[in-house]
Amino acid sequence: MLQGWVIILISGAYLGVLFAIAYYGDKRADAGRSIIANPYIYSLSLAVYATAWTFYGSVGRAASNGVGFLPIYIGPTLMMALWWVVMRKIIRISKMNRITSLADFIASRYGKSALLGGLVTIIAVVGIVPYISLQLKAISNSFEIIKSDNLEIIRAGQLGTVPILGDTAFYVAMLLATFSILFGTRHLDASERHEGLVAAIAFESLVKLLAFLAVGVFVTFGIYNGFGDLFGRAADHPKLAQLLNPFGGAAGSFASWAWLTFLSMLAIMFLPRQFQIAVVENVDENHLSKAMWLFPLYMLAINVFVLPIAFGGVMHFSNAPVDPDTFVLTLPMAERQEWLALLVYIGGLSAATGMVIVETIALSTMVCNDLVMPVLLRMKGLRLNESPDLSGLLLGIRRWAIVSILLLGYLYFRLAGEAYALVAIGLISFAAVAQFGPPIIGGIFWKGGTRMGALAGLSAGFAVWAYTLLLPSFAKSGWLPLSFIEQGPFGIALLKPLQLFGLEGLDQITHSLLWSMLANVGTFVTVSLVGHESAVEHSQASLFVDVFKRGGDTSGVHLWRGTASVEDLQALLGRFLGPERAHEAFVAYAQRRGALMPQHLEPDADMVHFAETQLAGAIGGASARIMVASVVKEEELTIEEVMGMLDEASQIIAYSHQLQQKSRELEEATAELRAANERLKELDRLKDDFVSTVSHELRTPLTSIRAFSEILHDNPGLDAGERGKFLNIIIKESERLTRLINQVLDLAKLESGKAEWHVSELDVREVIEDCINATSQLFRERNVRLETHLPAAVPLIVADRDRLVQVVINLLSNAVKFCNPKDGRVAISLHRHPDSLQVDVKDNGPGIGARDQVVIFEKFRQAGDNLTEKPQGTGLGLPISRQIVEHFGGRLWVESEPGKGATFSFTLPLAASRAGAAGAAAEKAA
Amino acid sequence: MTKKVLIADDEPNIVVSLEFLMERNGYVVKVANNGEDALKCVAEFVPDLILLDVMMPHMSGYDVCQKIRENPAWQNIKIIMLTAKGREVEVTKGIALGADAYVTKPFSTKELTAKVREILGE
Repeated sequence: MLQGWVIILISGAYLGVLFAIAYYGDKRADAGRSIIANPYIYSLSLAVYATAWTFYGSVGRAASNGVGFLPIYIGPTLMMALWWVVMRKIIRISKMNRITSLADFIASRYGKSALLGGLVTIIAVVGIVPYISLQLKAISNSFEIIKSDNLEIIRAGQLGTVPILGDTAFYVAMLLATFSILFGTRHLDASERHEGLVAAIAFESLVKLLAFLAVGVFVTFGIYNGFGDLFGRAADHPKLAQLLNPFGGAAGSFASWAWLTFLSMLAIMFLPRQFQIAVVENVDENHLSKAMWLFPLYMLAINVFVLPIAFGGVMHFSNAPVDPDTFVLTLPMAERQEWLALLVYIGGLSAATGMVIVETIALSTMVCNDLVMPVLLRMKGLRLNESPDLSGLLLGIRRWAIVSILLLGYLYFRLAGEAYALVAIGLISFAAVAQFGPPIIGGIFWKGGTRMGALAGLSAGFAVWAYTLLLPSFAKSGWLPLSFIEQGPFGIALLKPLQLFGLEGLDQITHSLLWSMLANVGTFVTVSLVGHESAVEHSQASLFVDVFKRGGDTSGVHLWRGTASVEDLQALLGRFLGPERAHEAFVAYAQRRGALMPQHLEPDADMVHFAETQLAGAIGGASARIMVASVVKEEELTIEEVMGMLDEASQIIAYSHQLQQKSRELEEATAELRAANERLKELDRLKDDFVSTVSHELRTPLTSIRAFSEILHDNPGLDAGERGKFLNIIIKESERLTRLINQVLDLAKLESGKAEWHVSELDVREVIEDCINATSQLFRERNVRLETHLPAAVPLIVADRDRLVQVVINLLSNAVKFCNPKDGRVAISLHRHPDSLQVDVKDNGPGIGARDQVVIFEKFRQAGDNLTEKPQGTGLGLPISRQIVEHFGGRLWVESEPGKGATFSFTLPLAASRAGAAGAAAEKAA
Repeated sequence: MTKKVLIADDEPNIVVSLEFLMERNGYVVKVANNGEDALKCVAEFVPDLILLDVMMPHMSGYDVCQKIRENPAWQNIKIIMLTAKGREVEVTKGIALGADAYVTKPFSTKELTAKVREILGE
């Protein structure tokens, strides 16, 4: 028999060990060497799921329901398979938005709604209080049992008579409150992470597993001779035989199995302590992949001996009124295994403590951030907006919240605890937190869920839960008349809380869950579909649902518009985190953005978002929004504007593409216009020049003609020599004028295509000989020698004879004009190409510079600009010749090197090549 | 005292007619066939008046006119520009460069000799 003080001492020592581990874990975390940054610690800490309810209650439920206890553990195991899809997303979202609690998560998802956060907090507190009371009950029960050596059931009546100050449970509650405060609220952390706590929980999970396995091994192999012996005897036991059939009778219907499994699937994620450990305290989301099989393994291990202990207990205590919920403890005691009993007691204490501490810390964060602070911050009379440091206030609120929650748990324990078995109380809590399923699961996979939908769904689900589970528990505890359960309120049978709308044949939990989920999901979806969401909701929805699409980039589009100042934001952060840490955070942020100091940055949407997420870590999303709004002048965005901002990026890209396209087109058009304009101007200039030049060329001979005519007219007494000279000039200039006029008209006709052509087959050789005869006089006059190189016979060509003569004479007279004046020599040659004839006229003049080789083919341009003497001629001969040659499909060009004479050449295509291949072939044969 | 007239033109027949006209009117005449020649003659012959054709090879009448007006010693030399291009722009350009008169070809012999006399202040 153990003395009470020994047990108290050992209990205290054990809690001290837990605290030491936590303290060490925190120290290591501060030093940057985390001891929890591995998947094994993470998986073990998840086993905070196994509470005193598992430790004691599973056996209790197995004793009455056989394998009916299993769904509570099958659910989490099934859920783990889906964790990679669901939980990883929740973790990613929470990390990116610095979400620190369940209430914060839901509130943030639905437009950072303070109202929703508050509602979630209330549901969580109300739903979890029975669960906490269950732990208190387990601890005080086990304490009383191990102390008094009385294995029999302690009656509710007995407990009720104990004065509070003499009640173990009260002291347990206060002790746990103290530890929770020590574990969870020693200092304020923006991320709400408690590394030491996680380490302690992992240790605690090991202890309870070991203790339970120890009892299991003792019962199976100590009291009985192994599983075969134990189950063999159980099969013979009249009461136990029927329990072995999972779906038969007492084990519960298939429906209740399914519903319980579903319920615990939700509970493993949405119990506040599970959210705290799995999401908030998660170090690395890759730990999930190991936890996905380690945690189910733990569940399996802690359940292996449930049936053996339960059956062993039932058989062992078949004649004594021992509560099956205490078999784990009473079996070793009955066998006088005091140290094993003590280990079991520690294991149970461990399970309960772990649950209570994590749960109250999680709840206190929610109460503080999502319930109290939003209210306090809205109360302008408190002037909280002006307080320089609020971190003390935050810690104070949390500590009071922990104490209050535990006191509530104790109160529930005193008032209602005895009416229910452990498992039943736990399931009530499960059913409450299951209400968070639709808004969370719906919220991360469906963008359409709205704030109003979530509010309505949660309210409806919670109301149905309270009506079908909470109120009946009150009635059973004597708070409400029992007729409320039996006849329904005001005698309306349809509203009987345990057979709502006449639904019978289901156990209480399944019944409640069915109706509450129906109400919750139905209302959530309907209201969401009917209503429409605000701008903030829309942006949060896409932030949550598309969390993986954003690829970790938090600096994306922030749907925000307003004005802020860096100083205000930093000061605001300083009030909750301390000025030092706020400064550090802002400097780090500025450096991430590539600036030296935050003051160098524009206080834009991204910075406001940064400040808000930092703050959200400390005081929750909803409160953070209120606080940030107090220092920032935000402009309301309509949904259209948000859609606009989202579309803007893509539109801008599209626009700029269009603009680029347009400006390219415009540039092209402009260039074309400019070119066209240039061409027009050039043509205009050419026309102008032509007119001006023609006028000049006509006026020049006319000037001489007029001057000499007047001189002859006014001076009748001129001698005959002078008269003749002057008359000769008049005649020459008249001829020049005539020639000029003819050539201008000729060229105009050629250029406009109105010239007449008399085309016939010609022998070029003959043409050249005629031209030589025609110019022989000129050659003799200038004393220029002419060489001819003409082949005996050449093929015929098709051309206008007179025009061709014009060309050849032009080239010959030019050659005479420009050849060496002292020893003038000109050579004309004709030779045959495969499909053309070429005529060359070579002189021994000064030659033509490269630039002038082009110029001379232009109208009125003569290479003579470079000569001292003005050359004779009109400046139209070569342009006309070129027009003629090109008309017959040939080419006219000049080759010359200055000082070495010039050679003018032209080609004319053969008649055969024009007539076709036949002619050419015939010619070859000949 | 006999006045000196320089004729600068590249058209030989026009030069012949101008030479005849000027000599008939009692001036001492010298001929230049292009712009460079004209400037050389101005320096050597120092005429009282130049009959200056615009379209000449090597150096246009405009350039010759400008060169003469740039030299302070030649400020008193009168310049009559002759051109076959009768456009308004060219007349304005010639006057702006310091020519005293502008006569377009073909000219009336009577008018030209009257203009020469007038400009020489006779």
